[in-house]
Amino acid sequence: MANKKTTSPEGIAVMKTYKLFIGGAFPRTESGRFYPIRNGSDELIANVCLSSRKDFRNAVVAARKAQAGWEAKSAYNRSQIIYRIAEMLQQREELFVKEMKDLGYTDINAKEEFSASVDYLVHFAGWCDKYVQVFSSVNPVASSHFNFSVPEPMGVVAAFASNKTALLGFLESFVPAICGGNTAIVLASEDLPTCAISMAEVLATSDVPGGTVNVLTGNRKELMSHFSSHMDVNGFVIWDAETAASIEIGESASENVKRVKFYESEDSAVLSPHRIMDLQEIKTTWHPIESISGSGSGY
Amino acid sequence: MIDLTTLEGKDTEGKVRQLCHKAAHLHHGFPDLPNVAAICVYPTFVKLAKSLVADKGIKVASVATAFPSGQSFPKYKIDETKEAVAEGADEIDMVISRGRFHQGDYAYVFDEISAVKEACGKARLKVILETGEIGNLDAVYFASQMAISAGADFIKTSTGKINPAATMPVTLVMLEAIRDHYYETGKMVGMKPAGGISNAKLALHYLIMVKETLGEAWLTNEWFRFGASSLANDLLKQLVKQETGIYQSANYFALD
Amino acid sequence: MAKTTKNTSWDLSPAPESTGHVTIDKRYDLFIDGKFVPPATKKYFKTINPATEETLSEIALAGEKDVDKAVKAARKAYDTTWSKISAAERGKYIYRIARLLQERAREFAVIESLDGGKPIRESRDVDVPLAAAHFFYHAGWADKLDYAFANSSPTSIGVVGQIIPWNFPLLMAAWKIAPALACGNTVVLKPAETTSLTALKLAELIRDAGLPDGVVNIVTGAGDTGKALVNHPDVNKIAFTGSTDVGKMIRRSLAGTSTRLTLELGGKAANIVFEDAAIDQAVEGIVNGIYFNQGHVCCAGSRLFVEESVADEVIRKLKHRMNNLIVGDPMDKNTDVGAINSKDQLLTIEKYLKAGEKDGYEMFQSQVAVPKKGYWCRPTLFTNVSQSSIISKEEIFGPVLAMQTFRTIDEVIDKANNTPYGLSAGVWTDKGSKIFNLTTRLKAGVVWANTFNKFDPTSPFGGYKESGFGREGGVHGLSAYLNLQG
Repeated sequence: MANKKTTSPEGIAVMKTYKLFIGGAFPRTESGRFYPIRNGSDELIANVCLSSRKDFRNAVVAARKAQAGWEAKSAYNRSQIIYRIAEMLQQREELFVKEMKDLGYTDINAKEEFSASVDYLVHFAGWCDKYVQVFSSVNPVASSHFNFSVPEPMGVVAAFASNKTALLGFLESFVPAICGGNTAIVLASEDLPTCAISMAEVLATSDVPGGTVNVLTGNRKELMSHFSSHMDVNGFVIWDAETAASIEIGESASENVKRVKFYESEDSAVLSPHRIMDLQEIKTTWHPIESISGSGSGY
Repeated sequence: MIDLTTLEGKDTEGKVRQLCHKAAHLHHGFPDLPNVAAICVYPTFVKLAKSLVADKGIKVASVATAFPSGQSFPKYKIDETKEAVAEGADEIDMVISRGRFHQGDYAYVFDEISAVKEACGKARLKVILETGEIGNLDAVYFASQMAISAGADFIKTSTGKINPAATMPVTLVMLEAIRDHYYETGKMVGMKPAGGISNAKLALHYLIMVKETLGEAWLTNEWFRFGASSLANDLLKQLVKQETGIYQSANYFALD
Repeated sequence: MAKTTKNTSWDLSPAPESTGHVTIDKRYDLFIDGKFVPPATKKYFKTINPATEETLSEIALAGEKDVDKAVKAARKAYDTTWSKISAAERGKYIYRIARLLQERAREFAVIESLDGGKPIRESRDVDVPLAAAHFFYHAGWADKLDYAFANSSPTSIGVVGQIIPWNFPLLMAAWKIAPALACGNTVVLKPAETTSLTALKLAELIRDAGLPDGVVNIVTGAGDTGKALVNHPDVNKIAFTGSTDVGKMIRRSLAGTSTRLTLELGGKAANIVFEDAAIDQAVEGIVNGIYFNQGHVCCAGSRLFVEESVADEVIRKLKHRMNNLIVGDPMDKNTDVGAINSKDQLLTIEKYLKAGEKDGYEMFQSQVAVPKKGYWCRPTLFTNVSQSSIISKEEIFGPVLAMQTFRTIDEVIDKANNTPYGLSAGVWTDKGSKIFNLTTRLKAGVVWANTFNKFDPTSPFGGYKESGFGREGGVHGLSAYLNLQG
């Protein structure tokens, strides 16, 4: 048999189908719709899924199903999994740089953003088992009680990734959420969606349980009201929102008192544990300290 | 120490016949292998089972008392027990009233076990706590003590119809109740974990737990049973592997 | 218990851990400036397997010149590389150490058990995973120290000298090296002379991780090597874990100097069981507290206090449990209690056993068989001991438990605190408010309620009084390796 090459100069390459990432699997959009991404030479890079509200609905179900298990893992375990994402990503530099260049990046900018993305993951892997120590307290109440406050994840967080970057912005939209024990549904950048899907493939090989992170591609305007009104979503994070959007989102999110966070790529600190704390609740617990001689102070 | 079990809505005489044959012929490759301790079936199959296994030294255990839920009138539960014994059951596996237990009617639960024990006559009584519905280990210990005081010959974890069935923590707590009773009274009570023990390695873990908690005197089928259906085949596979050094396939071990 | 009627043997079959995949070199040199170099002393000493008395390897003996070389290498690395690279990069090196250790976990566990005598189940399931977790946790702090100490502009100290004991050789190395590196310091570490192997293997691993030369240096030897390190003028901080006597000597040596110091010394922890405890679980906790790691644990629950009303029940259950502990070959996966680390330590323990018997206390030992060669001590229990007896007061560092009864909470707290030590304590009761009553009043750095001997990289560990000062692990443990302003 003649020597078979996978991508020989004479042979044609197999084109990748860019699907969604829901519940650990890669389904197409149930709507069957798409929109094309073309590179600078007008070549077709991908027909990316134009997600529907039903895709979002399904993603929320997957995220909710996965949340209790993800939260129940030890912080150390979550830490290792997020570090593993960095391990899996590091080896794929060539792929991502090529994808970014197809989206219009220069070689240098692509490599810089890729490197920053790996470091971003390593940084947040190290937060999982530390933010609790930094932001918890034992409170010296004036009665004989042991009183302590700890952060807890909100639950399911929806996110609009920034439209300004292909990879780093995508990671910034959900890593702090999952670091803190939440699960996430992300709408990737509308103009730069392909890296997000390739990143989903990295997630799928990183021991991240299915449903922890779900990735959709499509149109912000179309999906905005669904993301912000869904009653089973606890938090909504929007990067680089259009001004008009913030009013509409604020109003529809009120229905279930959803916690909403607007971030601007220009101002918001990204390598910060406050991004994790933005998506946490604080629980304070009291327990009596017995004292035969009478009342005393707490801890 | 295995109670080979079939307790399905779709059980038929044919099914029971096949199971009884298996009980006495575990594997042609091991003619000296001991038979299982007992066959466990629904009351209506006791007579048939007894006719097939009694001469092979295999006991017939019957479930009773509205197994598996226990949600029925006391009269019927006692009558069911008596009839199963009359048909030849050597052992009765009863269920406690979990609903009443959660209502706090402990006297009712206790009295019911006593009444069933009386109805058993010569048959030995196994009391199923259905630990998956009891919900916490302190309550399991308490239910164990209650069952033992009310006359149980064996205490058993589960019906095998719900999850979780037998687990090591629940089994350990029940073994500790048996041990504590032994220290107080000098009387032995048997133990049967049921459901979820489908491989030989796990069964070994349980045996070690029995050995370290109660001692070797309990390691006979008079005082310890596994309520299992698929365990037997895995045991056979492991025995063959031990002899030949080769990993086995399910295809070579009869499925009935 | 009832007599056995059948004659089936229910003994456990041997379950030996395979060791064929592990390499121990015939001889190990010192690890200085990224290379293995022979000692200036030209001397080597043997390290043996305490379960078989066989020689495992020869270890280099570092003298003053060697220690000086190591400190110089650490200083150079600190000045030229380690304090120059970004904190995030430092963290990434330490993450590599953690991950490589996880990859080689079984090899390290086997060597730890061969060299030190602890059961393979323990090195495999506790020591090595915790060591890897320690590196992993601290790696993440490297670029986050501003959050650990608000408003304090944390900076590294410089070169740190670290001396560790033989009871958890690899884990103690991790407890020392990980925070030191994360905080930007460089390290000269001296392992205990009976257990150098896993530290040397760690050096090989650190080389594989690509750490810059001189960031971590290992100098092997005994008391004199440690002394040379403590007295070296260019070491900015000393961290010591070991006996209280040696800790005091070190403190004296450093008097008047500006060298920072943390000490983690001995203990004689009270393990307190109340009438309303979950008794069976308390018994497991007692066993874990004193027989885990052959009792070679600074925070061992070596003084048992049982509320008098349940004393008979607890003792009966404890003896039953002790009789089921398997003492023997550390490389057998069934073994619960391994070999005593050295002949010296065994002689020390036996001295205390004789003292206890001489004082007239009832001594119970499990009836288990022990191998002919090697150093062994059966789990031992002295009952109805008094507070003033030598076995209640002094740290034995072996599987020997001294038990007393008590009647009231105030009484047991007073007795628990009536000791120069203050490392740890245990409280067993199902009543929450009672737990916190005890925990607020017990003078110990670690209090375990309804559990014992639990460790985690996020959880600070250290003692009160003569059990030492300073904490290891968690946010509090970082401060020992930093200069904090404001």
